Amino acid sequence: MNSGSSKQGIWKFGAPAAAVVALLSGGALAADSLTIANYGGSYGEAMSKAIWQPTAAELGIEIKEDSLNSLADIRAQVTANAVQWDVGELTVDECAQGAREGLFEPLDYDVIKPRGYDQAALQPTYILDNTASYVVGWSTKKFGADGPQTWAEFWDVEKFPGTRGMRNSPAQNLEAALIADGVPLDKLYPLDVDRAFKKLEEIKPHIAVWWTSGAQSAQLVKDGEVDMIGIWSNRMQAVIDDGAEAQYTYQGGLLIPDCFFIPKGSTKVDLAMKAIAVAASPEIHANIAQYIPISPVSSEAFNTGKIPPERAKLLPASPENLKVQVWTDGDWWAEHGAEVQERWSNFIQE
Amino acid sequence: MAAGTNIALLEASERAERRRFLALPMPALLLTAVICIVPVGILFWVSFVGPEGFTLENYTRILENPGYLKILRTTFSISITITILAILLGFPLAYYISTLPDRAAAICLGLVLVPFWTSLLVRTYAWLVLLQRQGLINDFFLWLGVIDEPMRLAYNRFGTTIGMLHIVLPFFVLPMFAAIKSLDRDWLRAAANLGASPVRAFWTVLVPLTIPGLVAGALLVFVYSLGFYVTPEILGGGRVTMVAMKVQQNATIYADWGAASSLALILLIITLAIFFGIERVLRRQRGGGN
Repeated sequence: MNSGSSKQGIWKFGAPAAAVVALLSGGALAADSLTIANYGGSYGEAMSKAIWQPTAAELGIEIKEDSLNSLADIRAQVTANAVQWDVGELTVDECAQGAREGLFEPLDYDVIKPRGYDQAALQPTYILDNTASYVVGWSTKKFGADGPQTWAEFWDVEKFPGTRGMRNSPAQNLEAALIADGVPLDKLYPLDVDRAFKKLEEIKPHIAVWWTSGAQSAQLVKDGEVDMIGIWSNRMQAVIDDGAEAQYTYQGGLLIPDCFFIPKGSTKVDLAMKAIAVAASPEIHANIAQYIPISPVSSEAFNTGKIPPERAKLLPASPENLKVQVWTDGDWWAEHGAEVQERWSNFIQE
Repeated sequence: MAAGTNIALLEASERAERRRFLALPMPALLLTAVICIVPVGILFWVSFVGPEGFTLENYTRILENPGYLKILRTTFSISITITILAILLGFPLAYYISTLPDRAAAICLGLVLVPFWTSLLVRTYAWLVLLQRQGLINDFFLWLGVIDEPMRLAYNRFGTTIGMLHIVLPFFVLPMFAAIKSLDRDWLRAAANLGASPVRAFWTVLVPLTIPGLVAGALLVFVYSLGFYVTPEILGGGRVTMVAMKVQQNATIYADWGAASSLALILLIITLAIFFGIERVLRRQRGGGN
């Protein structure tokens, strides 16, 4: 949304300004360091190469990387007053929960100066960064290119006979059920939980596997265990790149973004804010798509020239794909998650 | 007088010796206290503490939601099934191994132990390779033409039970084998000498005399089965929820450990009750026998 010139301006002066601030604050440059934490693993590696190393270089600081499992790790550090991480990354429902609990420092958007972000992506204490999407996928061995193209077709066991897999979680599946039941994308929230579970009862007998981890879902596709699957787009794309005979559609996809935040009590809030500013800038932000099939959320990232059009087509938050999908409402899940999760675990048991 | 002093001295030295002996297990006792009793104590504590102090919330939730009862029932019925299957498969195996010459017995025990030394995760995935829709077993039967559609062997209770049984079996076979092996063979010979058929000798001599080994093995298998997490998670396909899985779930969906620890504590209490119950019955039996 911002003009191109202001984009240039910030980035010309941003780095030297940071360096000056660093010098003025007394410490030698090399001593300035931040610790960030995310889910780690191959995602952490990609984030390191795509985002954090370039950010460290831009700011002339050292960025150490750590891994976390869930909001519980942040909660433990904040409540014990022993915050070791300056920037954290979690999925949007956990960020919304953390924000409600007051576990994050407020973000200063005058410093971050976000470009190309939706207003909903810029929360008082967290900012969305990358996103994947929960989509309908199918085996091309079974259906060719004509697999189920919508959630309604995923539910249509007569037109598409075969085994199905879905995530073992109410998150995304309640939304998928409501979309299949005909709820328009813009009327999805607040979720009609009763209606969603009623619709889920219909599909339950046809689900061969309720998968619990992204790795497991990829394995199911690879091994041909299921003919159709509700799956995270990044996992599906990776498995297709790996040679699996499968396809997916973004139609009705549930976008599930991650977000950055600064844990409350970090001793380096100012520097962390600058690091987020750099990491969230379209130029750096766009890098992630070169490493893994995960999408930057800033629309400006798609204008940096770093994401070729054929790559953009595969990414969930490309302007074209965004039109047929819906963003997960983190606040709704933060408020109703526990209660719905209990209902889900009763629903899933046989 | 002298004798009295001696007795006092001897008693004192015995007490001192006992104290010194007590020092020997001290490191183990301390370790157990630190890594077992303290955390269980903390679990107990946090399950009664909410944001506003003392609360029974974590327990009323379990009573009010029928899902928890279902999970407990699933957990116990799977564990009981597995214990029975382990006895049915493990007893004949242990008995057979005990009749083999030493060399062959060692090899057979080795074969029992090899899977025991393999990672639980690897064994669970190995079962997935065998049982899944396009797994070895389905492929084989499809090829034979016995079935037209692949059977649903994995991602359900059936697959979970097989996977868990395979993992726990050595825990039954080993104590059972030790019990049978330590049995004086002359008892069996005496029974034969008195005219008992091998079947009769087996049921009236061998089985009653090896009951302690059987109970030890069965308890080990049962208690171990109660706490399974990885195998039902992978082979259950989401349909099988055992207590350990719900404990983990509760730790993540509620903002505190209390919701998870109350469930863990209930499992622990039920398990201990069963354990002491069985021990009590056994002791009474043994007492009656004398």
